[in-house]
Amino acid sequence: MAAPKFENPIVRWIDYRLPVFTFMHHEMHEYPTPKNLNYWWNFGSLAGFMLIVMILTGIMLAMHYTPHVDHAFDSVERIRRDVPFGWLIQFIHMNGASFFFILVYIHIFRGLYYGSYKSPREILWILGVVILLLMMATAFMGYVLPWGQMSFWGATVITNLFSAIPLVGEHIVSWLWGGFAVDNATLNRFYSLHYLLPFVIVGVVVLHVVALHTHGSNNPLGIELRGKQDSIPFHPYYTIKDMFGLGLFLTIFCLFVFFAPDYLGHPDNYVPANPLVTPPHIVPEWYFLPFFAILRAIPDKLLGVVAMFAAIAVLFILPWLDRSPVRSARFRPIYKQVFWLLVLDCLVLGYIGSQPAEGWYIHIGRLATIYYFAHFFVILPLLSVFERPRPLPLSIGEPVLGGGSSPPAGGGGAGAMERA
Amino acid sequence: MRNRLIGAALAAALGLAVLPGAASAAGAGPQPPEREWSFNGIFGSFDRAALQRGYQVYREVCAACHGMRLMFYRNLTQIGLSEAAAKAEAANAFVVDGPDSEGEMFERPGKLSDRFVSPFPNDNAAKAANGGALPPDLSLIAKNQAAGPDYIAAVLTGYADPPEGMEMGETQSYNMYFSGHRISMPPPLFDDLVEYADGTPATVEQMAVDVSHFLMFAAEPQLEDRHRLGVKVVIFLLVLTGLLYALKRKVWSDLH
Repeated sequence: MAAPKFENPIVRWIDYRLPVFTFMHHEMHEYPTPKNLNYWWNFGSLAGFMLIVMILTGIMLAMHYTPHVDHAFDSVERIRRDVPFGWLIQFIHMNGASFFFILVYIHIFRGLYYGSYKSPREILWILGVVILLLMMATAFMGYVLPWGQMSFWGATVITNLFSAIPLVGEHIVSWLWGGFAVDNATLNRFYSLHYLLPFVIVGVVVLHVVALHTHGSNNPLGIELRGKQDSIPFHPYYTIKDMFGLGLFLTIFCLFVFFAPDYLGHPDNYVPANPLVTPPHIVPEWYFLPFFAILRAIPDKLLGVVAMFAAIAVLFILPWLDRSPVRSARFRPIYKQVFWLLVLDCLVLGYIGSQPAEGWYIHIGRLATIYYFAHFFVILPLLSVFERPRPLPLSIGEPVLGGGSSPPAGGGGAGAMERA
Repeated sequence: MRNRLIGAALAAALGLAVLPGAASAAGAGPQPPEREWSFNGIFGSFDRAALQRGYQVYREVCAACHGMRLMFYRNLTQIGLSEAAAKAEAANAFVVDGPDSEGEMFERPGKLSDRFVSPFPNDNAAKAANGGALPPDLSLIAKNQAAGPDYIAAVLTGYADPPEGMEMGETQSYNMYFSGHRISMPPPLFDDLVEYADGTPATVEQMAVDVSHFLMFAAEPQLEDRHRLGVKVVIFLLVLTGLLYALKRKVWSDLH
C-alpha cells in the first residue's frame, strides 16, 4: 500500500522523519476489515476503552489513597465523601472492574463461538489468555486495597491456596505475604503490583493488536477474505459502529455507576478489615465465582488449586484441542450446541461459587466442573473427528449477493476445499 | 430496598446470572420487610426533616454506645442545620486535642472540622461497658448490611419475646431480624423516648425509620449528588447514542 499524501506540511515533515501518521493511516484508517462483522465484534475495542478508563481513574484514586492497614479503609471513604467527585471516580473504578470482566468474558465467548483461536490466530488468542490472567491478578489485588472484611479475608483465602504446593508452599505463602500473615507488607506489595500490572496489560494488548492486524479480524462466517469486495476500510465503517456500541455500553455502565453502584459488590467490604472476625461466607467477586466453584469442587486442596488454574490454562492449548478446520459455529451443527452448553455450565459454576459449599450444591458443582473439562478435553477433540460441518460459502460477498443464507450450489465443494 | 431491585433489573437486562445479594443473605435471619424510602429510585433524595429527627435519635439514644467515626460535625449542614446550629452541636462535644505547648493533652469544645466524638476511647472500653459486646460503629451500617436501612429499621422494631425453649444469655434480647436472633443490645427505643422539635409523635416505628434514614445519609452523604448527576449523564448518553446510531446507519447506507 502506498504511503498516503498528507496535506498539512507539518504532518508531512514529521511523517517523513517518523512515519506515525502513515502508521495510523494504515492501521486505523484503511485497515481492511471483513464487511460482515456483527455487534459481537464490538467487545474487543470496548475492553480496550475500559482498560484506559481503569488506568485513568486508578491514577486519580492513587493520588488520594493511603496504602496502610490503619488508613486504607478510611482513605477510600475519604475519597467517597470529601474529595470533589471522588465518589464518581471511585464508583467508576469499582464498577469498571466488573464491567471490564463482563466485556472480556463476552469477547472470549465470541472467540469461542466463531473459532477465532484457530490458525493463523493462535498467538493472538494466547496473548488474549495472558491478558485475562493479568486482569485477574490485577483485579484480585485491587479488591484488597480498600481493606474491608472481604478484601482481607479474600486475600487470606487466595494466598493460602499456594500453601498447597508441596515442599515450598509455606515459603511461597510467607513470601507473598511479606510476613507471617496478610498484613501491611501484603497491602503495600499488592498496591505496588496493582499499579504496575495494568501497564503490563497495555503492553500485551499492543502485541494482541499487532497479532490481530497481521491476519485481520476473523468474521461470523469464519472464512478468509477472498478479495477487496469482502472487506471495508476500518474507518469510517467500524469506527462509527464501535462508537455507537460504546454509547450503548456507557449508558448501561452509567446506570450501575449512578443508580446501583454497590449492586455488584459485597456489603461486608464496608466493614473495616478485622483479622479476629471471620465473615460467615467468604466469597470472591462475581467474576471469579466459576473458578472458585471449580476450586471447591475438588476435595483435595492441591488438586483443587491445580484444577482452578487448569480451567484457565486449558484455553492456552485450545487451538490444538479443537482440530476442526471449520471456524464458525454457524457451520458446525453439534459444536453450536455444546458451545451453549459450555456457556450454561459456566453460569451454573458461577451460581454454585456464590453459594455455601454444602448439600447438593457440592454435587452440582462437581458435575459442572467435570463437564467444563470434558468440553475441552473430550468433546472438542471428538467433534474435530466426528462432526460433519455444513458447507461453507465461497466468500463473504457471496451469501450477500446470492440473496440470503441459502448455501450456493458450489458451497459443498468450497467447504471441502476449505477443509483440505 | 428498591435500589436492589434496580440492580437486579439492570443485571437481568444484561443477562447476568449473578446475585451477590443472595450469597450474603444466606444464613441470616428472615428478610427485613421492604419500606418506602425517599432516597430510593433514580430521582430519590433525602427528607431533610427525617434526617434531622434521625440525627436527634442518634445523638440522644444511639450515641450513648455507638460511635460514627466517619462523620464530621460539618456534615450536619448537609442535613439542613444552619452553620450556627451545626457549630453549636459540635461545641456540645468535648474533643481531646493536643499536645499543647506544655506537652499536655487537653479537652476543648468541638468544631465543625472535628469527627463525631465516639462514646468510648477504644473498642476494649466499649466492650467492658457493654457486657463484652462491641457496639458497632454506625457510619457505614446502612451499606454494610445487605438490606441496608430496611435492616436497621427492622432490627430496631424487631424485639419480641423469645420463642418457647430458646435460651437467652443474661444480657441478650430476642430479635426477629438479627442474625442468630440473640442480640446484646437491649431494646433501645420506647415511645416518646425523644421529643421531636417538629412535633412528630415519637413512636418506636417513627424513631426507627428516622434514624435509619439518617444512617443512610451517613453511609453515603453524596447520594443526592450521585442521583442528580446520574440523571443528566444518562439522558446525555441516550441522546448521544441515538445520534451515533443515526450516523452509523448513514455511514453504512452506501454499502447495502
